[in-house]
Amino acid sequence: MNEHTVKSFDQELQLLDKKVAQMGGLAERLLGNAFDALERRDPKLAENTVASDRAVDQLERELQDQTIQMIARRQPMANDLRHIMTVLKIAGDLERIGDLAKNIAKRALAVSGESHPKPLMTGLKHMVELALRQLKDVLDAYAELDADKAMGVWRQDERIDAMYNSIFRELLTYMMEDPRNIGLCAHLLFGAKNIERVGDHTTNIAENVYYLVHGTTLTDDRPKGDDTSSTLIRKE
Amino acid sequence: MNVAMVNAPQVDRVAADRAGLRERISIRKLDFYYGDGRALRAISLPLFDRKVTAFIGPSGCGKSTLLRVLNRMYDLYPNQRAVGEVVFDGANILSPKQDLNLLRARIGMVFQKPTPFPMTIYDNIAFGIRLYERLSKSEVDSRVEESLKRAGLWNEVKDKLQANGLSLSGGQQQRLCIARTVAVRPEVILLDEPCSALDPISTAKIEELIEELKADYTIVIVTHNMQQAARVSEFTAFMYLGELIEFGDTQKIFTTPNDSRTQDYITGRFG
Repeated sequence: MNEHTVKSFDQELQLLDKKVAQMGGLAERLLGNAFDALERRDPKLAENTVASDRAVDQLERELQDQTIQMIARRQPMANDLRHIMTVLKIAGDLERIGDLAKNIAKRALAVSGESHPKPLMTGLKHMVELALRQLKDVLDAYAELDADKAMGVWRQDERIDAMYNSIFRELLTYMMEDPRNIGLCAHLLFGAKNIERVGDHTTNIAENVYYLVHGTTLTDDRPKGDDTSSTLIRKE
Repeated sequence: MNVAMVNAPQVDRVAADRAGLRERISIRKLDFYYGDGRALRAISLPLFDRKVTAFIGPSGCGKSTLLRVLNRMYDLYPNQRAVGEVVFDGANILSPKQDLNLLRARIGMVFQKPTPFPMTIYDNIAFGIRLYERLSKSEVDSRVEESLKRAGLWNEVKDKLQANGLSLSGGQQQRLCIARTVAVRPEVILLDEPCSALDPISTAKIEELIEELKADYTIVIVTHNMQQAARVSEFTAFMYLGELIEFGDTQKIFTTPNDSRTQDYITGRFG
């Protein structure tokens, strides 16, 4: 792409991208650490993770200030306008991802004294790994302005939904088997739901990358696999 | 509005018809020469009835030249000629048979710098009316009032209609010129950078006026102010080096233009 006649405009746009990359990296690390804290029952890591969410929030505020300044001072048009609006929206999604990771870390703290059933943790681990890969891919798609890659992420979210479904059923069964599991399982269920929500924010980012590149919004209905809101398991 | 955007010189007339738009002026394969220099190349473009169309492009791209063709302003100068067709109400206005005074009454023009006549505010308006129509004193009075009201100037000048037009501020002078244009009841109004010499408040008043005038008139505006084009127009034509690069919905041009040259220009990446 050609450079702007006003060079400082280009520098400001580059700064936005740098911050988005920084914020994205931080959000990935937060989610990874939150899950590690849960898996390893590590209250110290959990506490650190809760505290580092502040840095994500701070970056969102900075990006918001900068984008508003740029709109006021540069009156961006066409791809510049889409670029700036996309940054603002992605920052919002990354901030939410940070919050969801923080929430998992808090739950890790709450259940750090309990012993975790292994098969459940394996399911959750697969889920968080996929969510992290999706998040990394969508951030790459943004950095490379690769709409096809973004579309790939957008389609893959169905798999996270499917994983969430099966974990949901497993946890319910587990709770029915022994009421003493309910406390732990409720926390794990919310943890799984948080990861599933991370996936949704990731697809929002994918939609924004698509819009940034093509200037049109994705209109297809995204394939969705989360049917837990209409699921009820009865004891035989 | 849903006119498909197309690259010059083709314009998607089918899409235009579907959206219920009417072409007030059709520019077809227009070339323009200053002596031997070709300033416009095969311009084809519709100007839709009661819509605002903006011409944008870097200096020297031909947008003012194109505007000047629309009321044959170039006829005032030797060695300037237009080839092609500009069809207005079924007739080619480039034809030598075209009555120029009548044409300029039907297609009025407002210039970059306010150009009031050195006479009273009242006479600035009445002068043009008397040129084209025979009206009684009271009819002229009411036409002057109506025109000044349309131009949003009446309240500011109603008590000093006998003051010299040049005593008004720049923004008021420009609205006086618009009132003068409106007074002869044209069908099309051409605005050549009407706000470039005005402060932001006067500019806002003119933009508000354009918004009101488009209910009755077809408006064409040449502007260097991209934001202004985006604010006031429904259609935008981007010109470069005498060619029409892109014409389409303003909304589309300023968010997702088709041509990379349009995008470079409106985002400040040109040259």
